[in-house]
Amino acid sequence: MTDLASLLERHGCRPEQLLQILIEIQARAQWVSPEAQQQVADALGLPLARVQGVIGFYAFLSDRPWGRYRVLFSDNVTDRMLGSRELLDRLCARLWVERGHVSGDGLVSVDFTSCTGLCDQGPGLLVNGHAIPRLTCERVDRIADLILAQQPLEAWPADLFDIEDNVRRADLLLGHDLALGEILRSVRAATPEAILAEIKKSGLRGRGGAGFATGLKWEACRAAPGAQRYVVCNADEGEPGTFKDRVLLTRQADLVFDGMSVCAWAIGASQGFLYLRGEYRHLLEPLNAALARRRAAGLLGRGFDIEIHLGAGAYVCGEESALIESLEGKRGVPRNRPPYPVTHGYLQRPTVVNNVETFAAAALIAHHGADAYRALGTAKSAGTKLLSVAGDCARPGIYEYPFGVTVRQVLADCHAEDAQAVQISGPSGVCIDASEFDRRIAFEDLPTAGAFTVFGPGRDLFEMARAYTDFFAHESCGFCTPCRVGTAMLKGVMDKIAGGHGAPCDLAEIEKLDKVLHQSAHCGLGHTACNPTLDTLKRFKPTYVRRLKHQDFEPAFDLDGALERARQMTGRDDVGAHLGEETVE
Amino acid sequence: MTEPATFLLDGVEIPFAPGQTVIQAALSAGRYIPHLCYHPEFRPHGSCKLCTVKVNGRTAASCTLPAQAGLEVESETEELNSLRRTLVQMLFAEGNHFCPSCEKSGNCVLQALGYDLKVMSAGFRHFFPDRPVDASHPDILLDFNRCVLCELCVRASSEVDGKRVFALSGRGADKHLIVNSASGLLADTDMALTDKAMEVCPVGVILKKRAGFAQPIGARRYDTRPISAQALEDAPRPLGQGHCEACEASE
Repeated sequence: MTDLASLLERHGCRPEQLLQILIEIQARAQWVSPEAQQQVADALGLPLARVQGVIGFYAFLSDRPWGRYRVLFSDNVTDRMLGSRELLDRLCARLWVERGHVSGDGLVSVDFTSCTGLCDQGPGLLVNGHAIPRLTCERVDRIADLILAQQPLEAWPADLFDIEDNVRRADLLLGHDLALGEILRSVRAATPEAILAEIKKSGLRGRGGAGFATGLKWEACRAAPGAQRYVVCNADEGEPGTFKDRVLLTRQADLVFDGMSVCAWAIGASQGFLYLRGEYRHLLEPLNAALARRRAAGLLGRGFDIEIHLGAGAYVCGEESALIESLEGKRGVPRNRPPYPVTHGYLQRPTVVNNVETFAAAALIAHHGADAYRALGTAKSAGTKLLSVAGDCARPGIYEYPFGVTVRQVLADCHAEDAQAVQISGPSGVCIDASEFDRRIAFEDLPTAGAFTVFGPGRDLFEMARAYTDFFAHESCGFCTPCRVGTAMLKGVMDKIAGGHGAPCDLAEIEKLDKVLHQSAHCGLGHTACNPTLDTLKRFKPTYVRRLKHQDFEPAFDLDGALERARQMTGRDDVGAHLGEETVE
Repeated sequence: MTEPATFLLDGVEIPFAPGQTVIQAALSAGRYIPHLCYHPEFRPHGSCKLCTVKVNGRTAASCTLPAQAGLEVESETEELNSLRRTLVQMLFAEGNHFCPSCEKSGNCVLQALGYDLKVMSAGFRHFFPDRPVDASHPDILLDFNRCVLCELCVRASSEVDGKRVFALSGRGADKHLIVNSASGLLADTDMALTDKAMEVCPVGVILKKRAGFAQPIGARRYDTRPISAQALEDAPRPLGQGHCEACEASE
């Protein structure tokens, strides 16, 4: 395979490029064959099992063929609410294929994947990694026809792939009108110390959810010993319901790159990476074009440059140390901390990892000054926040507000006044009910990475919690015992309750699992995996209780139900063919 | 060397050398903290979480937590032992562990921890995963049913044997041990009975063939004395007496 040889050559046969190499092979062949695995392992000087371990970790890589067309339906709860499961069934029926299997002729496979970040225009899917939004029966039928006609993806009508920005409210970040290069001109006129001081003074806190003070992070990295430093932009926006980074990178890519350059200037870094989630593959070419424009304009390439790395379907890589592992071409397993990335990050060197929105905000702070920035928001939460509003509302999309806005205000603006609940910051955040709608979006009240998912009056919050439970079980990296086993057990409990076999002891088991995960999980994924279940159990307990088979005691399984198959086979349904409650002692 | 710095473990002063983690210092000082994936000869891994302790009110894995002067560490409390019991139950539930017919019974760390922590029930519905064994190698059997994913064999084969026979694939509940060969079979690797990777498995995954039940159950290592008493014997010797790399490096 000379193709592969040139690909490996282009990546310099560096082990850090392993994931990027595998992503390219996957895109070309729709799988990574054993021969390709061996060739990659040999070229990079890695054990074959290491290559296989990476393929096995990332959902978008596969070591067996999944058809020339691999269709993955986004399975966020918002997609489900918009009928994604029925549409998947429709496509499967049209293609004569069973979900999760490859069609007999090797043409196509159809399955689910975690949220693809198109919640404001769902249901969405990925076909060979390319996103298609706004699925309807009509669009699904068109997709089926194109696949059956074996049309190459490049020849598919462009309108299928059109993604809208849906910016409903713009403020500081989305509304800025600075010309290309303006920010960096003013930044380079200042000393790195002055820029750092300004970022610290602004009170900017990380926009990825954790809210760590950005200035302190930059300062710690600048102070860490080491000759080479790195700036990493975390665009692995995997939290279900979040899509604001998609829009920022579509409309304000230069502002984000400005922010990375500002950081590089402040900490003394010469290399930057933007880690783009695989689901946003469609942004790769426009972003690379933006980088080329910046190089041509002298804004990059003189002492600092940026490279884009793709992810491949692993939510946990949004955790900064897992992201760094992934950047190094490894399985995206969160590291033991300390040491932290600011001292031991990419290649064990000092590294700043910040969210897309954090960099965009930092760029504006460096230009306009901290005081102007602090004028927006609350005392403890300076500036603005982008919310990804989706779910049961008339106007889903991106809303940029100064911090401190009430949930009620957002609901009014997106026309969802009748909401019964809002999931703030996705499944790892918090679910609030109508009695809490006067709470504010701010670090001191409702901190958020951006997701704002609305549930209307008719929605069953148990099903929401169950969808999120599936998500965590699917995305656990499996490194630590509590998360690997606990998320699978939680899914088991929720499935049991959904199947009508639940009992109060199952609700107790949920609480037990939550305690274990909180006490001992390795990273935030495990710590928060029970949140949706506990939040809904606290606020919407009746939806659980009405599903319980017994209110007091419940045997491990339904003895009488287990006989159903035997009754069908023997054609019996008389009293003697049933086990009564009293006989099940 | 000046007076060593100390931290408190369950109210007892524990001296430590720079670079040591809490569990390393504790074991060196003759204090036991339950652990499974931690092995004194290897860098701490931090995955099983059995060694979780409480430090200044927050929980952390003691194997990866750097020792610091003045820390107040709790380990031997009902709260933490209850957590450890649950974690042991989870590990049992995740794999296929049938102690009475297992060659490792009595020498198994997971089983010994279960006894020592007084795990009296299954606690959870078991997963009963389908994990075929690998009997391809002439001298060695791999029974993946018992794997607890501690990665000790991965580390031993790579760091000590220099062979990189084992690795991990999959993720979440599907995470599993794989063998580094084109066929995926152990027979096609250079694994040998003398490898360090043969010794480190805490459970019964990596077994020598034709050596079953040479020592009767009941007379094996943890049949006679609990693991909490014996783990200290594997630990590096106390500060200043050599053997412990971290201590020697600091001198």
